[in-house]
Amino acid sequence: MVVELYLDLLSQPCRAVYIFAKKNNIPFEFKDVVLFKGQHMSEEFGKVNPLRKVPALKDEAFTLAENTAILLYLSRKFNTPDHWYPSDGQKRAKVDEYLSWQHTAIRAQGSKVFLIKALVPLLMDKPFPPEKLEGAIEELNSTLKQFEEKFLQGKLFIVGNEISLADLVALVELMQPVGAGYDVFEGSPKLAEWRHRVEEAIGKELFQQAHEAILNVKDMAAAAAQLDPQLKEKLKQLLQKNLK
Amino acid sequence: MVVELYLDLLSQPCRSVYIFAKKNNIPFEFKHVELLKGQHLSEEFVKVNLLRKVPALKDGAFTLAESIAILLYLSRKFNTPDHWYPSDVQKRARVDEYLSWQHTSIRPQGCKVYDIKAMVPLLMDKPFPPEKLEEEIKDLNFSLKQFEEKFLQDKPFIAGGEISLADLMALEELVQPVAVGCDVFEGRSKLAEWRSRVEEAIGKELFEQAHEVVLNTKDLSAAQFSPQLKEQLIQMLQKELK
Repeated sequence: MVVELYLDLLSQPCRAVYIFAKKNNIPFEFKDVVLFKGQHMSEEFGKVNPLRKVPALKDEAFTLAENTAILLYLSRKFNTPDHWYPSDGQKRAKVDEYLSWQHTAIRAQGSKVFLIKALVPLLMDKPFPPEKLEGAIEELNSTLKQFEEKFLQGKLFIVGNEISLADLVALVELMQPVGAGYDVFEGSPKLAEWRHRVEEAIGKELFQQAHEAILNVKDMAAAAAQLDPQLKEKLKQLLQKNLK
Repeated sequence: MVVELYLDLLSQPCRSVYIFAKKNNIPFEFKHVELLKGQHLSEEFVKVNLLRKVPALKDGAFTLAESIAILLYLSRKFNTPDHWYPSDVQKRARVDEYLSWQHTSIRPQGCKVYDIKAMVPLLMDKPFPPEKLEEEIKDLNFSLKQFEEKFLQDKPFIAGGEISLADLMALEELVQPVAVGCDVFEGRSKLAEWRSRVEEAIGKELFEQAHEVVLNTKDLSAAQFSPQLKEQLIQMLQKELK
């Protein structure tokens, strides 16, 4: 029985898992969990991940949440090339360091910019509040500065000369604000060059395929318009909480 | 040259690193970075960790931030007993899963309870807002429910029969609200029993030693805070209180 990956490619961590599995020819069954249809709230999905989030993995009776855990599990089970999670102790530590830091930095702030810029207008029937967006962009920029100064520095990739899980996770997160129309790479040639290298290491075709959904705001608008009213209400509450 | 660990035991992740190193007899030099004195903002410390946070590690020329990265680095370098980060792939995944999830659940929620209850009165010269505290406690309670139902279930520890890095990190985060009088273990027998097991696995003496500083939070005075840090914290608290 193949590994089942429960994904919605609108979600950054889902894209990381998807790209990693495809790139490494890991056999898996793509289980579509359409967030806009509230499928992550279904009883069925609750059995796979009681946290009701994507991505999630099911390997026979074994279920697993959290993309970091899933990526590492797949890398071990399928013995992927060393550069993804280097066996060298210090290089590995640098991947761990980035994967840990990003939760409350790039992931948090990239998501926030996306929520304010793209989701608020779709769900709240009103345009994004400019001061809030400005504040969120400022925070994201400050974090990007830390990313360049501490994690990337003068290297080709976060951990030296080859792409690792750190670069993959970083780039998919940065594509979220891009999907909302805020180009984080504009204005930083260093960041843009790194993006280009990561995209090439992944393969342009796979990269584009994985990002098709997030880069199509008009499709998102159509999906949002069809939102179940109960789910819409729930999402609105979530947005209000996250955007205080 | 021994590994240098830059720590302040007021901080949850610092305690995890400290306890782990001590428990495993890992030789290290304790470099005290006094948060209240703003020492994490010093030029000297920035050379160790550009992110200006503790814990941080320095091993020769190699520097490392983030408690999870540090714990894993130490476990590999010093070949610590398997149960801390099991070689069994599925058990290891359980540890990874918890360590990832906690960043945006138990950790920030425990911090906020601590900040609102202790730091607001201390630094902002006003009593803590009870509705705000209630809100944060509600969020923390929800996470604790998820912790019990998904991560712990009916097992003695998160990854199964033995303590791992996941239990250590989890408990340290929960000590923070306890230190300000929000006893998360009260009324939760399963959680309380898990806590006893973790404490026993660590060893009571080491456990008490590591918690001495944070459990004396009520004895802190505003005068102990450097003016620069006080200003920074007040800004952060104002944001948290919105």
